[in-house]
Amino acid sequence: MTIDPTTRTGDERATLRRLHARLVAEAQADGLLDVTYRVVDSPVGRLLVAAGESGVLRVAFEVQGHTAALDDLAARVGPRVLEGGARLDPVLRELDEYFAGRRRTFDVPVDLRLTRGFRRDVVASLTAVPYGATASYRQVAAAAGRPAAVRAVGTACALNPVPLLLPCHRVVRSDGSPGRYAGGEAAKRALIGLERAGGGPLATAPAEA
Amino acid sequence: MTGPFEDVVRAHGGTVLRVCRAVLGRRDADDAWSETFLAALRAWPDLPPDANVEAWLVTVARRKAIDELRRRARHATPAAEPGALRGDPLVAPAPLPGDRDLDLWRAVGALPAKQRRVVVLHHLGGLPYADVAALVGGSDAAARRAGADGVAALRRTYGATIDDGGLP
Repeated sequence: MTIDPTTRTGDERATLRRLHARLVAEAQADGLLDVTYRVVDSPVGRLLVAAGESGVLRVAFEVQGHTAALDDLAARVGPRVLEGGARLDPVLRELDEYFAGRRRTFDVPVDLRLTRGFRRDVVASLTAVPYGATASYRQVAAAAGRPAAVRAVGTACALNPVPLLLPCHRVVRSDGSPGRYAGGEAAKRALIGLERAGGGPLATAPAEA
Repeated sequence: MTGPFEDVVRAHGGTVLRVCRAVLGRRDADDAWSETFLAALRAWPDLPPDANVEAWLVTVARRKAIDELRRRARHATPAAEPGALRGDPLVAPAPLPGDRDLDLWRAVGALPAKQRRVVVLHHLGGLPYADVAALVGGSDAAARRAGADGVAALRRTYGATIDDGGLP
């Protein structure tokens, strides 16, 4: 071979990065994208954030499996899925502000097509639990008009497609303990702690929380 | 296809870049790469699940790159002759997977993995054997041998049409 393969690889990598960004921009301009996503660092671990044309479709914690989340999005929303693009800038900015303690509610539109029926009603109702407060699974069930559906509320929260944006971390056990969370119990404690502190930055990983 | 298209760009972006560069040269390959993946993104949901994605992309890339070459030749400066394309055409024109020439695609798909990749990259993609070897691993000579073996196998399974199409 006449060309040093390492040099070529480095050059190729840079070229491919540039071409990939151009592909996302052109595909979005042509209305060809079902889903765009980014994976970002956060105080509760790496987050996959995915959006379609009408809003944020999915926020997935690393423990939930980003590959599985992407496969699910491709199968249920559409396979024209690409990483990157300007569409995600607003939600990522709002998440940054939230973790820095400078934002209490999210303004970006969400698209709840990955959930339906009672589960959808439950997660859509979660914004009624204000920042810094918590509600029990029982209270949420009662507010949804099905006071006996406590377990179903738990399932709805566990399968919330857009955690953080729709705050299932504010739904806790009747005894006040956090209970289970899609991002892990430590993440749930960290988020409740962040909000109770009234907005100090959440800077450390919650491993020891 | 139902998988995320991002996986396709990651797996085959480099190969498509090499095919485009083999036809157009280093500086002019970008537009053909972009057109290839935009066309592939458009067609992705309708591509049959058993299609050979690499062969499909290589064929689209080759065609887009040659279109680009023709466009350049029509406008302005004397561009590269068609003869400057490296790699020998398997059949002319190479069919797209899913196009009419299903028997050829079936025959190519039935080749052992390495032979199939070499045949696709060299004969459909127009990559010189040095580039093919860099992608599939092993030496130039091994790639050349796998290509020859693949074409010999195709002669047996797909004989008549290849004889008419003028394989080397």
